[in-house]
Amino acid sequence: MSKISQSFKNHKNFIAFVTANDPDMETTVSNVVALAEGGADVVEIGIPFSDPVADGPVIQAADLRALRDPDLPIESIFAAVKEIRRQTAVPLVFLVYLNVVLQYGYERFTADCEKFGVDGLIIPDLPYEERGELAPFTDKHGLDLIPLITVTSGERIPMIAKKATGFIYLVSSLGVTGTRESFASNLAEVVGQIKAVTDVPVAIGFGVHTADQAQAMADLADGVIIGSACVQIVADNGQNAPAKLQEYAEEIRAAVDGVTVEEA
Amino acid sequence: METEYKTKKQAGRFLEYGGQYVPETLMNELNKMADVYQEAKADPDFQAELADLLANYANRPSLLYYAKNMTEDLGGAQIYFKREDLNHTGAHKINNVIGQALLAKRMGKKRLIAETGAGQHGVATATIAALFGLECEVFMGKEDTDRQRLNVYRMELLGAKVHAVTSGSMVLKDAINAALQDFAARPEDTFYVMGSATGPHPYPEMVRDFQSVISQESKQQIQDQLGRLPDKVIACVGGGSNAIGSFAHYIDHPEVDLIGVEAAGKGVDTDLTAATIEKGRLGVFHGMKSLFLQNDSGQINPVYSISAGLDYPGVGPEHAALAAEHRAQYVGITDDEAVDAFEYIAKQEGIIAAIESCHAVAYVQKLAPTLPKDQVIVCTLSGRGDKDVAAIAKYRGVEIHE
Repeated sequence: MSKISQSFKNHKNFIAFVTANDPDMETTVSNVVALAEGGADVVEIGIPFSDPVADGPVIQAADLRALRDPDLPIESIFAAVKEIRRQTAVPLVFLVYLNVVLQYGYERFTADCEKFGVDGLIIPDLPYEERGELAPFTDKHGLDLIPLITVTSGERIPMIAKKATGFIYLVSSLGVTGTRESFASNLAEVVGQIKAVTDVPVAIGFGVHTADQAQAMADLADGVIIGSACVQIVADNGQNAPAKLQEYAEEIRAAVDGVTVEEA
Repeated sequence: METEYKTKKQAGRFLEYGGQYVPETLMNELNKMADVYQEAKADPDFQAELADLLANYANRPSLLYYAKNMTEDLGGAQIYFKREDLNHTGAHKINNVIGQALLAKRMGKKRLIAETGAGQHGVATATIAALFGLECEVFMGKEDTDRQRLNVYRMELLGAKVHAVTSGSMVLKDAINAALQDFAARPEDTFYVMGSATGPHPYPEMVRDFQSVISQESKQQIQDQLGRLPDKVIACVGGGSNAIGSFAHYIDHPEVDLIGVEAAGKGVDTDLTAATIEKGRLGVFHGMKSLFLQNDSGQINPVYSISAGLDYPGVGPEHAALAAEHRAQYVGITDDEAVDAFEYIAKQEGIIAAIESCHAVAYVQKLAPTLPKDQVIVCTLSGRGDKDVAAIAKYRGVEIHE
């Protein structure tokens, strides 16, 4: 079982997200550490992309801030991971668009993930049909290639779920990332369809921002992913974000832990 | 010897280019679209309805016109223009839009969305939505809505809603991002009418098929007029829809040279360019693997051309494959050369052609004099240039007060 799947053991999981180099790399390191200390089980680091098609306005804005200099070298993000690893063992996942991985080189990128301590990849523009070009490299370097399943995936669920490792990212609603007040009504049903074919844990993301929502989503699945709300804290607080993020993570942690874990 | 053109073999792939690099949210819808398209393609009723609309609404076939004055002035190869500028709505875009809108109807969709750069594809989509009684929303970068107010009003006149996209660099690529996002949010009732032979499968193949009416006609017309095939087929390339349509029926005739003309902007070796095939690298963007103008880290570069219809950082996957196989050749034409051609064809032939098309015309001006008089060039005029007159006047320092 991977380090990421392990992190779901015996409790509901809370996965937090920040964008690398927003507002600068040093703050990113502190943000990740603060989220881990506040109780995040896994931290996703978004690698900024010029055209983040799956992301809503909050993360798009973060990517723009992070790419003030569009030539930001990917090496500098691995250097930040190295620094994070000195301070915390929290499982780390990159949220990255495929072109960035392709340009760095599939072998080199996955090898560097292994070397610096990244545990998994979420690639929003790499659907099941195309994963074959990257999977040999993630397998070789022991990385989880975390798939997304949506409420419209339907008949596609079994094939996607069977290949999943780490966890399954269940998208709560149609469209892009960003805070929402309501979620698709068939989430529980979709979780059931996934659970019928795999033991890989399921975490729900897209739109979750309040503690109550986090609790409700964690209740439906094995965990909850909070992205835009964390990024908004960074947007509002800049270099002072770490303390605020830690506070927020503690609040979500408490809400998620309020959920009774059923005995397996 | 007949050589089979390799890139036809695998659905959705042209060599290594193409594919479906989109969020999971869109996969079911795209796969459904691909299936319905395959059915429609084989359905005589669908083909009959398409043919009827092309003939009786879009004004096809378009003329294949012998440019006698230019041929004499340039003193080399015989020049023929395929006149897509004479289509309803003034450009080749209508061919594709009719096809995709028929498919949308077949799938029971109520709402069409589209991206647009200069506005030609948005206008064509708004036109067909009006004809079919469908809702229509068009995404257009804020920069472009400011530059092309007339086209914005034209779309509104046709009943469409135009969204000025303020994310990213606020141009065509951002409009595509916004349209993809809207499609992901409302896949059940919405059909995304993609304007070029770009994006995830099945778009590149579908748009190629709908635009291939251009070369289907030109091949027949040149046979009728000269009893032979042309030596060179030339078309401008942004995403590449008019070019792939102009090439399609000649691809299996290796004796016909295919030439795509890209927008070099201020020059292929400057940063202010949109010459993707000459300067781009393999990448994944907007749902496809193809060639893109990008930096070392894989961020998509801002691009530049005087022509809003050609300033796209990528190119359709089939063009990337044709270039890789050396089946087609791609060349760059600068802003200056295109503007000269805009004026030249107007004075020589009495045709005001779109600035996009004038990139192809500029290359004809260079190439024709180097060829013997028994050679034949067919060049596609993808659109008419009324929309560009004000911008060209400004380029020449002429103030026009409306």
